[in-house]
Amino acid sequence: MGQILTAAVALGLLWSIMVIGVYITYRVLDIADLTVEGSITLGAAICTSMIRAGWSPVVGTALAFGAGMLAGLATGALHTKLKIPALLSGILTMIALWSVNLRVMGSANVSILRMPTLFTFIQRFGVSRYFSWIILGGLLALALVTALYWFFGTELGSAIRATGSNPNMVRAQGVHTDNMVIIGLMISNGLVALSGALIGQSQSFADIQMGMGSIVIGLASLIVGEVLFGKRGFYMRLLSVALGAIIYRIIIALVMELGMNPNDLKLFTALTVAAALSVPYLSAAVRVKRKPAGAARV
Amino acid sequence: MCDLLQIKGLAKTFNRGTPNEKSALANINLVVDDGDFITMIGGNGAGKSTLLNCVAGVYPPDAGEIRIDEVNVTRWSEYRRAVYLGRVFQDPMMGTAADMTIKENLALARRRGQRRTLRWGVTAGEHEKYREMLGELELGLESRLTGKVGLLSGGQRQALTLLMAILKTPKLLLLDEHTAALDPKTADKVLDLTNRFIQADKLTTMMVTHNMRHALQLGNRLLMMHEGRIVVDVRGEDKRRLKVDDLLQLFERASGRQLDNDRMLLS
Ligand SMILES: Nc1ncnc2c1ncn2[C@@H]1O[C@H](COP(=O)(O)OP(=O)(O)OP(=O)(O)O)[C@@H](O)[C@H]1O
Ligand SMILES: [Mg+2]
Repeated sequence: MGQILTAAVALGLLWSIMVIGVYITYRVLDIADLTVEGSITLGAAICTSMIRAGWSPVVGTALAFGAGMLAGLATGALHTKLKIPALLSGILTMIALWSVNLRVMGSANVSILRMPTLFTFIQRFGVSRYFSWIILGGLLALALVTALYWFFGTELGSAIRATGSNPNMVRAQGVHTDNMVIIGLMISNGLVALSGALIGQSQSFADIQMGMGSIVIGLASLIVGEVLFGKRGFYMRLLSVALGAIIYRIIIALVMELGMNPNDLKLFTALTVAAALSVPYLSAAVRVKRKPAGAARV
Repeated sequence: MCDLLQIKGLAKTFNRGTPNEKSALANINLVVDDGDFITMIGGNGAGKSTLLNCVAGVYPPDAGEIRIDEVNVTRWSEYRRAVYLGRVFQDPMMGTAADMTIKENLALARRRGQRRTLRWGVTAGEHEKYREMLGELELGLESRLTGKVGLLSGGQRQALTLLMAILKTPKLLLLDEHTAALDPKTADKVLDLTNRFIQADKLTTMMVTHNMRHALQLGNRLLMMHEGRIVVDVRGEDKRRLKVDDLLQLFERASGRQLDNDRMLLS
């Protein structure tokens, strides 16, 4: 049981970076971005292929991040420059990435078993496999949360947040909202691809199908985090969605332990997300019934 | 006095070539002097909002030219023109970011037209300054700087939007029925504030209103629009002498029919 929990926490930390990326699009920009399904695989594909070709895992991971940003740029350009709805823009990039990922990997999967990864660097100091995930995943997640907290507090970051809240107002303040959306999508997909690179290295394996359903996992984690750890302050919000990724993995590990058929996992996750997405609505409905809000007058 | 805004031959038709084709502006010519405070009236669909939106760059015009401060901005997109413009909209929700704090909204507005850098979004010095300014509004907002704008009442939000519009002194202030969504008492308060700001900074202003009393009381020039044209343009002493009855007559002469518009308030 301890082993299972450790594994769940470790995997959750690697996914938490992806969930932070989803948070940026889904909550900050108010866009449901399906690009992530392709960019998480893109990150894993690029990183494992580079390692396989003899490159350092550091280079592979960095390039994965950059490639993810390009995927975000593609979706952003489709959406803002060609005026294709955001959801559809994401789907288009996701589908295109399927071919790109196959090209990158040369086949449907890449194995880097017994080749160096970022985790084997750490394991050299006598750390076990899962703990190497926890150390690297935890440090990276914390560093990213801190960096993003700073970024979204700057003039540029504030303008991006405001664009998600009210693009009309932001344009009236002289900000090129198209660019704000593009930057947000780039950062988000960069993080998702980075997470994919870490996941690929952790399992020494990349697979063309590995991104399937990842948006739902991301949303499930995000909402679990928000529901459990509240929404106070931007730093805490970022931290709580990262924690949500871990809780989500623990839940999955537990239900599997309880004997759930792995084939039912996607159905279970989808139901969880549907339930979680309806929580804010349902609880608001309950609140409204209890006490009608009195509108303040000037 | 130089011309702050020059509009030549401006035309705008919506949904051209469809059954819903609608000519909203037909050959508008207008020169606004520096320091003019213009009140604008006209029936529903007269084209007032479209004119303001064309000046602000929300829609590209079909024909014509718009110059602000001698610069031809006809082809500029909305966000670029913002450097010249302060705007307040009819919908109190439209001028502020509800999910952000009062302080963050003000900080965004203070940097209107500037490049957004990686410097901190709100500096320490700004906090105190905003508190003072909000205190002058006398709406109790000075203690809520770090509260979300979404929690404010419509009147508070409009007052905040107004403050945001003038925080970085605009060349031209565009107000599109900015008090129409407020109850009469709140509307008067926000209008008072508007007048105070305009007088204090000698702001060149175009203010659309449905309230004839407001249109007559405020400003040094009055425009009336009808079916996409400016049909009445009075200023200075002539405007000061104008009464509601005169306005009604002017409207009848210009449009060839009686004023039957519920939204034109005569009170
Ligand atoms: N975005 C748009 N698409 C299509 N038609 C529009 C659009 N905006 C305005 N119109 C039409 O153009 C005409 C002028 O509208 P406009 O909003 O400028 O009038 P207005 O004088 O501001 O009226 P109101 O007093 O009702 O605000 C109207 O017939 C309106 O239906
Ligand atoms: Mg209007």
